[in-house]
Amino acid sequence: MNDSHPYLAVVPAYNECATVGRVIRSIREHAPLYDVVVIDDGSTDATAAEAEAAGAKVIRHPYNLGIGGAVQSGFTYALENGYSRLVQVDADGQHEPAEIAKLEAAMDEDPSLDLVCGSRFREEVEYAAPISRRTGIHIFAFLVSRIVGQRVTDPTAGFRLYNRRGIALFARDYPHDYPEVEAILMVHYHRLRMREIAVKMYKRDGGVSSISSGKSVYYMLKVLLAIAVGFVRERPVIEAGDEAPVTAAHGI
Amino acid sequence: MDTRIQIVAIGGTLVLLLVVLELVRRRRLLERYALVWLGSSAVLLALGVWSGLLGTIADAIGVKYPPTALFVVAFGFVLLLLLHFSTAVSRLTDQTKVLAQRLALNEQRQSELEKRLEEVGERAPAHEEEPEVYRSVHR
Repeated sequence: MNDSHPYLAVVPAYNECATVGRVIRSIREHAPLYDVVVIDDGSTDATAAEAEAAGAKVIRHPYNLGIGGAVQSGFTYALENGYSRLVQVDADGQHEPAEIAKLEAAMDEDPSLDLVCGSRFREEVEYAAPISRRTGIHIFAFLVSRIVGQRVTDPTAGFRLYNRRGIALFARDYPHDYPEVEAILMVHYHRLRMREIAVKMYKRDGGVSSISSGKSVYYMLKVLLAIAVGFVRERPVIEAGDEAPVTAAHGI
Repeated sequence: MDTRIQIVAIGGTLVLLLVVLELVRRRRLLERYALVWLGSSAVLLALGVWSGLLGTIADAIGVKYPPTALFVVAFGFVLLLLLHFSTAVSRLTDQTKVLAQRLALNEQRQSELEKRLEEVGERAPAHEEEPEVYRSVHR
């Protein structure tokens, strides 16, 4: 239980032993109010050992579930242990733990916010992604902004701070593959409130991005399909006594 | 191509497309698996509508009667889907095995711990009510 800290930093990690330790130490230094939990998503390297050595709690998945399943384990852990805020920080060193304070400040300023997103593209910042990836991000940014009715510039980044309502929503239901874009739409459809602020991010230090060039076409198609279906999707809030929320529970 | 065959082909693939989309909407089918279905039915629909292309394909593979080429293409997609599901089932089989092993190892560890607690003479206090964690999950 969280006797000491009310907040939780979730670090999803899949084969990130080169950088995870430094990320954890940086979080503990810059955001001392946060407990750090690493979700080791079936790594085959020393990620879990590095994380423990750096002073984080580690939840190990028996095999790789993908980024969506890893982050959702973090939400469930936060919900069960009574944390009131959760920040997601990637293990590859892209997110700057010193910037957590900015996310915090935005949520403190407006306590009705359920989600504060960090964006690379709000200001001119030193972030140089390949042009192909930036184009993809800008397409999603345009679509998402139109749908949610507020300006979203960086819908694919995972550097986000959630309050208790956000934690509860995503512990119940979080997208499987490439979840970030859909998560913003879910926030909108469930009438939670979000805001995006400018933060500094880096290019990844080590490891391999979960989105290789071969997968990027699949990524675009999957997210576009999810956006399209999102307009008409059933979004049941499970009440006591309802059917269990399991995909493909029944035959056709 | 005979208009009736064309109508049947277009109608059939349209129904397939709509069923797949409805399953995704009702969350009975993950997007991951829906994409293969959507791709197949979109190509079949295109071939149904654009019979010129179907004729070209029929010529290329030496089929005299173009609608037969439609079945050849459809059969190819069926094979592709079956292979796709075989790989998915293989992955699930492997994951289920790992999950069961982890569970068994954890149960063994737990009973080991309980035994050790008894030896120390500090029996774990029996919970009269549900633990707090359990309640919060099932609220």
